[in-house]
Amino acid sequence: MSVSLTALPATGTMRRRFVPVRLLRQLMVPGAIIALWYALTVHGYFDAQTMPTPQAVGLSFWQLIVTGQMWPNLLISLQRVALGLAFGGSLGIILALASSLSRFGEDSIDATVQMARTLPHLALIPLMILWFGIGETPKIVLIALGSLFPIYLNLFSAVRAADPKLIEAASTLGLSHVETIFHVILPAAVPGFLVGLRQALGASWISLVVAEQINASSGIGYLVMNARDFLRTDIIFDGLIVYALLGLATDQAVRALERYLLAWRPSIIAAKGA
Amino acid sequence: MNMLTEIAPAQAPGVTPGVTGEKFAVEVRGLTREFGTNSVLRNLDLQLRPGEFTALLGRSGSGKSTLLRTLAGLDAAPEGTVTVPAARAVVFQEPRLLPWKRVWQNVALGLRVKDARKRAEEALEEVGLGHRLKAWPLTLSGGEAQRAALARALVRSPKLLLLDEPFAALDALTRLRMQAMVAALWQAHQPAVLLVTHDVDEAVLLADRILVLDHGRIALDLTVELPRPRRHGAPGFNALRAKLLDALGVREDGATV
Repeated sequence: MSVSLTALPATGTMRRRFVPVRLLRQLMVPGAIIALWYALTVHGYFDAQTMPTPQAVGLSFWQLIVTGQMWPNLLISLQRVALGLAFGGSLGIILALASSLSRFGEDSIDATVQMARTLPHLALIPLMILWFGIGETPKIVLIALGSLFPIYLNLFSAVRAADPKLIEAASTLGLSHVETIFHVILPAAVPGFLVGLRQALGASWISLVVAEQINASSGIGYLVMNARDFLRTDIIFDGLIVYALLGLATDQAVRALERYLLAWRPSIIAAKGA
Repeated sequence: MNMLTEIAPAQAPGVTPGVTGEKFAVEVRGLTREFGTNSVLRNLDLQLRPGEFTALLGRSGSGKSTLLRTLAGLDAAPEGTVTVPAARAVVFQEPRLLPWKRVWQNVALGLRVKDARKRAEEALEEVGLGHRLKAWPLTLSGGEAQRAALARALVRSPKLLLLDEPFAALDALTRLRMQAMVAALWQAHQPAVLLVTHDVDEAVLLADRILVLDHGRIALDLTVELPRPRRHGAPGFNALRAKLLDALGVREDGATV
């Protein structure tokens, strides 16, 4: 990859100068939106009660951090998502493998899961509250349910889509059924699983937002609901920013996982070499 | 009836353990394969001697791939008896390397010996891929990938090497180089080879014996006496070529007879 670049020494310095340019380009649109927001609020196009200025939002964000309100609430939200995703994801993986790798599993599991997934899981909130109260359990169960189905569906179809030609080649190499699963079918399903993981993360954040707005006494959602009661729209904006940043961070984490697990893909090899 | 005999454990239905005769590497008797009402192989008899290089020609649908797949243990042999060596390996038209395993790991896959890695690396050196041991398969060129597939087959020291149109997807120059390499590897290791191809020149260039399969029967069984190494256009080459094309129902100018 780098051969043609080292042949022309000037290109190396060019490339280094280009990195902030790309970052600047990426920041262009968000920057314009904030500028527009600033201009509109400063000139009083919005009611200051319902639409805070960007600087008010920034200031309250800073205050949430220095007064120590941000961290414990952020931490509890992260913990809910982590636990929910761990339970829902594990169950999704177990069910998907059981039903995709055997006919018995498919016949006994798949129809039930397909039926359950058509149900909007957020509609279960009233039941959850009756069954599990208003503690951590219903929130984690809700997030687990949100993440289970994307992982199940994607992993199931990825296992089934494993290339039959590779499976055939494995059999001519004398691989047993179990060895074929570990060397051929499961690695082939990893890309599909990662798509499922990404969707599951998205569903987890949505479930978290909804779960935390009902009877929560901690978490980012609680901060937001509390702010609504005191008409602190600036803090509501802070909550939204935190959710956006969390979504961005987890997406980056999945990308990093992809670069590690799919290191054999030409696109990733090229990106590493460049 | 109803058996495919080999020394190794069963792969396809109808496979039972047995011992390959000394005289033949492959012995097929009365093999019939039908898909629906369409018979692909009809009461086929075939013997391949150890170390013999046989090319199997035939138009598409002549049953040549079905025969190869039966010998590979990928298709069942419901009617007839098929005796093959346990040590056999297949190279397909596509390399069929696992993209998530490095080249040497692909070659070592399924090798149940202690020094599997060393053997895999030696096999890769032999096909000229010593510099690509740790490469990811999807970064290989078509010719390199097919050479890796060849190494993966050879590392198993097969008594029977099954080649299913292994050069068909390669460009013309790479194909010539691969053909020369297969000829050299065959002479070094002496497995019985069954090369399925639709390329008459390739068959004449490589094989001791050429079979033409037509509607599930062996229509022509030719011994090739040309000295090796062979060249296109050598004396006798064109006569043989014409004879084979004729058996395949094609004239030299390409028109159907």
